[in-house]
This record gives sequence, C-alpha cells and structure tokens, in this order.
Amino acid sequence: MAWIGLLPFFAYALLFLFIPAGEVIVGAFKDNKGAATLDHIHKLVHQPYVDQYWLSIKISLITAGLGCLFGLLIAYAALRQGTPRVVRAVVTTFSGVAANFAGIPLAFAFIATLGTIGVVTTFIKDHLHYDLYAHGFTLFGERGVELVYLYFQIPLMILVIAPAVDGLRTEWREAASNLGASSWQYWRHVGIPVLMPSFLGAFILLFGNSFSAYATAYGIAANGISIIPITIGFYYSGNVLFDPHFAEALAFGMFVVLAVMMLLYVPLQRRSARWMR
Amino acid sequence: MRRKWIAPSAVVWLVVAAAFFLLPLIATLMFSLRSIQTNKCCSGAAYSLIVHDHQFWHTIRVSFVLSLETIAISLLLFVPTVYWVHLKLPRLRPVLGFMALIPFVVPPIILVVGLLDLYKGAPAWFYDKPYGILGFAYVILAFPYMYFSLDAGFRAIDLHTLTEASQNLGASWRTTLLRVILPNIRAAALGGSFLTLAIVMGEFTIASLAAFKTFPTYIQIVNETQPYEAAALSLLSFMIVWAAMLALLFVGRGRVRTAQVATTR
Repeated sequence: MAWIGLLPFFAYALLFLFIPAGEVIVGAFKDNKGAATLDHIHKLVHQPYVDQYWLSIKISLITAGLGCLFGLLIAYAALRQGTPRVVRAVVTTFSGVAANFAGIPLAFAFIATLGTIGVVTTFIKDHLHYDLYAHGFTLFGERGVELVYLYFQIPLMILVIAPAVDGLRTEWREAASNLGASSWQYWRHVGIPVLMPSFLGAFILLFGNSFSAYATAYGIAANGISIIPITIGFYYSGNVLFDPHFAEALAFGMFVVLAVMMLLYVPLQRRSARWMR
Repeated sequence: MRRKWIAPSAVVWLVVAAAFFLLPLIATLMFSLRSIQTNKCCSGAAYSLIVHDHQFWHTIRVSFVLSLETIAISLLLFVPTVYWVHLKLPRLRPVLGFMALIPFVVPPIILVVGLLDLYKGAPAWFYDKPYGILGFAYVILAFPYMYFSLDAGFRAIDLHTLTEASQNLGASWRTTLLRVILPNIRAAALGGSFLTLAIVMGEFTIASLAAFKTFPTYIQIVNETQPYEAAALSLLSFMIVWAAMLALLFVGRGRVRTAQVATTR
C-alpha cells in the first residue's frame, strides 16, 4: 500500500500538468462547438503556418548548433589543464546566472545594447562613423533573435557539457601521447567519441530550449518575427480573432516536435552517463 | 605533459566570451543612466522614477509573494514524495525522473494554453487571482529543478538508518520528516528554492498570456513608453537572478547544480 503516499503528488501532476496537456491534444481536434474535426490540424500544414514552424525550427537549429559549438569551446577553455581554478568557478557560476537570465529583461538588455539607439550602436556610429542599421543590420529580425538566444544557449551548454569535459581524464591524454598519438589522433579516437553522446544530448536540450522560448522573442520583436509561440500568444491578446482550439492545434504541433526530441534525448542521456561516474 | 600555464587558445576564447557576456550588461547600465531630457549620460532619473512608481512596488511584491507561495507548495508536495520514493518505492525513482523531463515537452507556452482552456469556468478566486492558477502552474515549472535538487540531496544521506533510528526512539512520521530528515536535506531544499525564486521572479509567458500583472509583465509595459526605466528594471532583474544563484552556491558548498530544463525563456 506504499503507493498511497504518492497520491498527492500524482493528483497534483494530473490536475496541473497531464490534464492541461491532454486538453491541448484533444482540443486540437475539436471545432468551436466541441465536435471532432481535423480542420485545425489540416490548417497547420498550410501557409503561413508551415513557414512559421520552419522558422521556429531553423532558429532552434542555428542557436542550438552555435550554442553547442561555442559552449563546448568556452567550457573546454575554462576547464582544461593550465587554466587557473578561479576561472572555472567564475565561468560556471556566471553560466548559472546567464542560463537563467532570459525573457523580457534579456531582450531589453540587448535592445539597450544593439537597438536603434542602443549604447553600442550609437558608439559605433559616433566614434567609428559606421551606421549598423544603414548597412542592413537589425536586432529586430531573425538574426537578432538568434544573437540574443545565444546569450542563454551558450551558458546552458557550458553547464550541461562541463561534467563531460571534466570526465576527459588527463591520464587518457597522457596514455595516448605515451603511445605516440598526435593531438589530432587523441581527439579523433578518444576525446570526440567520449564527448559525442553528451554533445548530442545537449544539442537536443538546446533545441528544445530555443524552440519553446516565447518571452525573449516577444520582448525583441513581437511583430517582427513569426515563430509559432508568438503566433499562439496573439490568440490570447486579442490581436486576432479568438479561436482557442486553433491555438491548441498550434501548441499540439509544437508538442509533437518536442516529443520527438525527447524520444531521441533519453537514450543519449543514458549513454553519456557512462563516462561520468 | 602537464601544462603549467594557461593555453593561448583558452585565453582567446575566454576573452571573446567575456566580451559577449559582459557587453550587454555594461551597455544596459549605461543606457539606464541616460537622461530623459538630453538622451546623454549621466542621470539617475530612471532609477528615481522607478522607486517612486507604486506599480513597481506592487508588481515586485506580487512576484515575490508568488515565489514564496510556489516554494512552499513545492516543498510540501515534493519533499514527502521524494522521501517516500527513496524509502519505500525505489523502483519508482526512474518514473519520477522521467516525469521531471515532461515539462520539457510541455513548456510554458503549451501549458498555459491547456490551463486557460481547462480552468476557464473555475471560480474567480482561483482563475482571476495571481495567487490561484498562476502559483499552481509555477509549481509545475519548479518541479524539475526541485526534483533534481531533492533527489541528489536524498541520495547523499542514509535515509533508512535515519528513519529507523528516529522511529525506534518513538518519533512519529511527522517528527521524523520535520526534525530528522529535513535538517539533513536542508541544502538541497534551499538550493531548489532559490532556483524556484529565480524562475518565478522572471516568468513572463504564463503571466502574460493569462493577463496577470507580475514583475516581468510590468517591465514589458514600462518599456512601451520609458526605455531607460525598462533598462534599469532589466538590470535589477539580472541582480535578482545573480543573488539567487549566489545564495544557491552558498548553500550548495560551492557547486552549481542546475536542473537541465530551463523555463523562463
């Protein structure tokens, strides 16, 4: 009868996680009178929604890719031999802060930096006589959103990959060089294969992190960027005719993408745990 | 082949990273110090306007009380649950671990759509007040952070011996949990609580779509007319996260243990 002790927890999860999630899935297949329909799902595979899903996925792929790459390089620079211990502490602590500093405040920090009258924008204009905005740069489009996302993607990568980078034992490197391996051979046959499962797992995590982001994109360019979360948001702020079941269909589409990511993530997580005991 | 000095390539990457991560913070500070009349540096007017804005005090209070509420419900719900699973049902640990990953598949933007639809007929004290539906939803956002923190805490102590010793001495379940177990997992519980504080103080998605006035939605409204104040508030928001993380580090004996699912994007 020990399972009775878990009833409050499962009841809570049911009421505030599973039933609301179920409501989204079921609601996606209902029309506004509550009858079953495939109309909303059918609309998802037409314009403009196909483009919006694609833009969401593209931004997530780009920021996850760059986030993983730079995050790994910075993590390795901070954790490798020879780097003072204090750097490691500063980098991991700051990553903890930056990975959690997102949404509206992060968006405004970047607008204050690189917006049309941002500090860096005006500095470059006044002192280097180069007008970023006259030369095609804008913070308020896809590239800008990607740049801002990197501010939380890179630190998240550093946090996630740090245990794996730490798991690269110095002895392995020494053993490899004692056996005559070059640096390249060490990475090709030891370093990269050991890091690979963690790296791929982290990529999926970063993808999902970016794919489900709403507040940051909203803060930068609510009207300038048509990603799916922003479109869902419009259905709740009265900018578009209120149609909750279609918002549910849009959310259902996101759910499917994220569920596929999760199915890929779990086995990778298991594999990457192998080297971290 | 032990390296005595820092590698040159490591220096390059660390400097580039420092520039990318510090520049927006410095620029935001300079932006917030611009004068509203001249648009030039330096004036503290933005800060003085904020502290005299009663909306600021109101919303930051709402967000703070919300985070306390979320922390209280989370601890009440998750501490006994994780304790029970570790003590009596260790085979269910992977199930709970898997459940803690579900908020990844149902992020705030999806959760809020379902919550608003499901509870739209609920009584006003629950549906229209931030301390109702919003607080309960934030417990779900906090769940992964709390769970991974508590799970690590419970794994580090000898639960069975502590429980048996306490009960052999005649303690009730309540006494065991409050006076024996809780002091031993204090660091884990506090760690999870500080992370929860950081999440709730910054959560925008659910609050905005459900039309509640919290600190992040207030920053967004301020930005529409007063960009310098918005910059000052953004910096303050950064400080709150920073303080929460330092507190976390302090209780966690120098290790940042971060749950892997982030939620305030």
